[in-house]
Amino acid sequence: MTEVKLPLIAEGVDKANVSYWHHSAGEAVKEGEDLVELVTDKATFNLPAPATGTLKETLVSEGDEVKVGQILARIE
Amino acid sequence: MILDLGLIDYEECYRIQKDLVRKRRLGEIEDSLIIAEHNEVFTIGRVGDENNVLVPNDMLFAGSLKVLRVDRGGDVTFHGPGQIVAYPVISLKDPARDLHSYLRDLEEAAIRFLGDYAVCAERIKGKTGVWVSGRKIASVGIGASNWVTFHGLSVNVNCDLSFFSMINPCGMDDVEMASLARIKGQPIKMDEAKRRLLTHLKDILGLDENRTIDREAVLA
Repeated sequence: MTEVKLPLIAEGVDKANVSYWHHSAGEAVKEGEDLVELVTDKATFNLPAPATGTLKETLVSEGDEVKVGQILARIE
Repeated sequence: MILDLGLIDYEECYRIQKDLVRKRRLGEIEDSLIIAEHNEVFTIGRVGDENNVLVPNDMLFAGSLKVLRVDRGGDVTFHGPGQIVAYPVISLKDPARDLHSYLRDLEEAAIRFLGDYAVCAERIKGKTGVWVSGRKIASVGIGASNWVTFHGLSVNVNCDLSFFSMINPCGMDDVEMASLARIKGQPIKMDEAKRRLLTHLKDILGLDENRTIDREAVLA
């Protein structure tokens, strides 16, 4: 099981909002392809899938605020 | 590579941009940059509020003006002829993997560009973009896919500023816009302006590419 965590995308920015899931739970995902889009007030950031497999669960929804290091999803 | 797409519809340019992002992520191309002008269009960033477009939809469509929702940061802005847009497709590397620092780099390119015309431009704390005497002259809204950047910078050179009165630019209802031509009191040569902005962007972003490809070659 691989955890998908929010990385630091900008110095001094410790949170972002989930703006778009490119995949839903249960779908196959490929390492490196866009998994979830996050947004700060200034930028959008597409976080890639860290592993190939099945997106087991998404732990946050579009619109949710998430913190750096928070687990967003699990890939099996 | 540097792509000078001339005057091009926003959507067509966006498709080319996203294709470059895909190729850059796959390592098929080096860091690249698109420079262009768009036909009149309003775009709203991912977290933007549609209420910041102040003109009713039917009025916009009567004038064939589009409002597009796009995947960048920031709120609503206007693009049109006489405004230079620059979309770097750059793979940000450690330790520069900082999206907001990259955004500041784009602002810096605009500040230096305006300096070439003896215009003293600055940032305003807490706001994005570049300002001259309290008026906004350049806007920045960016996105990244796995640290490969898209969207970017727009600088008002000769553009018709009246379109900005149809929106709350960047979601702010008290912002006044500026253009280089209005500040200088005369039209600015667009080719020269593009060349100057390109020079600063290449310098700041560390692009050593000198090959410029035009629109025909891109679409061929």
